[in-house]
Amino acid sequence: MIEVRDLHKSFGKSEVLKGISTTFEKGKTNLIIGQSGSGKTVFMKCMLGLITPDEGHICYEGQDYSEMTLKEKRNLRQEMGMVFQGSALFDSMTVEGNVMFPLDMFTQQSRSEMQDRVDFVLKRVNLVDAHKKYPAEISGGMQKRVAIARAIVMNPKYLFCDEPNSGLDPKTAILIDNLIQEITREYNITTVINTHDMNSVMEIGEKIVFLKDGWKAWEGSNKDIFRTDNEAVTNFVYSSELFKKVRQMYIEERN
Amino acid sequence: MSYMTSIGSYAIMVVDLFRKPTKWHVMRSLILKEIDELIYGSLGIIIFISFFMGGVVAIQTALNISNPLIPKNLIGFATRQSVILEFAPTFTSIIMAGKVGSYITSSIGTMRVTEQIDALEVMGVNSLNYLVFPKIVAMFLYPFVVAIAMYIGILGGWIAGVFGGFTSSADFVQGLQLDFIPFHVTYSFIKSVVFAFIIATVPSYHGYYMKGGALEVGKAATVSFVWTSVVLIVMNYLLTQLLLG
Repeated sequence: MIEVRDLHKSFGKSEVLKGISTTFEKGKTNLIIGQSGSGKTVFMKCMLGLITPDEGHICYEGQDYSEMTLKEKRNLRQEMGMVFQGSALFDSMTVEGNVMFPLDMFTQQSRSEMQDRVDFVLKRVNLVDAHKKYPAEISGGMQKRVAIARAIVMNPKYLFCDEPNSGLDPKTAILIDNLIQEITREYNITTVINTHDMNSVMEIGEKIVFLKDGWKAWEGSNKDIFRTDNEAVTNFVYSSELFKKVRQMYIEERN
Repeated sequence: MSYMTSIGSYAIMVVDLFRKPTKWHVMRSLILKEIDELIYGSLGIIIFISFFMGGVVAIQTALNISNPLIPKNLIGFATRQSVILEFAPTFTSIIMAGKVGSYITSSIGTMRVTEQIDALEVMGVNSLNYLVFPKIVAMFLYPFVVAIAMYIGILGGWIAGVFGGFTSSADFVQGLQLDFIPFHVTYSFIKSVVFAFIIATVPSYHGYYMKGGALEVGKAATVSFVWTSVVLIVMNYLLTQLLLG
């Protein structure tokens, strides 16, 4: 579980996060949604320790990140997996090399043990014949799956995904969403996803935090989002005619 | 003020890159890869340039000797002094700042733009140590490149001088041996070690701390070349004053 309390972050005179408090629960897919510039990426980078917040606390299983020693922070980072928006695979390494990288850096496993683990996670993300290919030789959807495989290879406690289905076709996007949700449940990890994809919100949003101009404007689940009358959320989520109709149908069905 | 900030950030980067070292078996393969990229990959251009550079020095010296009282062995002497003291260590370093420096800036800059450096940091890897330290170690082989540049430069001078009809082989070789001060070679190697560190770290700094997208990677490579050259020239002056002055 990740608990965030009163998080503030400014860059110069621009206040990006204005006191966010929320909890991301274990075994659930937690989504952070909001318009571009609402502070989602900065919020996630604060949780990852890539940006130091000005004020506030981020607690991992009750332990405050700002009070951890360097060694504790390093150990915590090895319990985190991250899927970047552009996958961030290492260009100079093959798919297999990318997935093996964290094992090679942080474990004492033998080559064959590492190979077994890599084969297992690549199979888990449905990539069985791409071991020797380079990132430039595979599709965007496959790159995302390699990134997920690399993120889970160390059996993380926390999985962070920054817009995991941006740039993907709708079918592949759903596959990636489902894969992330399956992995979250299978390994009982805390997953936090940054997204503006409304399909993801509806499909896998077990907990949703809506950010607006650096504030937490709303939180709830994908079921609650149909019922909410929070204007900021409805303006954002139901901006398209399709989703307006979906919501209307849901409300009529409930009545 | 921004210059002072940059110098401070550079100093912090140099300290940080020695913290939390990467596992040796990973580092070893990275160092070998960098030796291949930075040193072995530069030998062709360095040999080519050094050969013609030595030849041009010999020809220009010969063409400027109009007084028959000046001995022809001056051609060999001037070629040796120019190549060993300046052309091999300094001129070669400027070429390396262009070839190797822009490669370092653009490769690290691209990793920054595509979030590969963030990926390393999230995993708990000291990205500076992982990316920059192997380059520094590889560049410590740079004095060997300079030694090759010296040899090839003098060979170029000999070929241009003798086969161009400007001097005899005996005169040229006599000039090479005339008033030879071994410390000049040591001075040249000391400079090349310092220059190697500059060529590895200044472009790394510009790549690592760049902001923006693909366009900015190109701009960072250009700025990195300019600043690496400036630092090389200034350090060349300071080291010459310190060691020969």
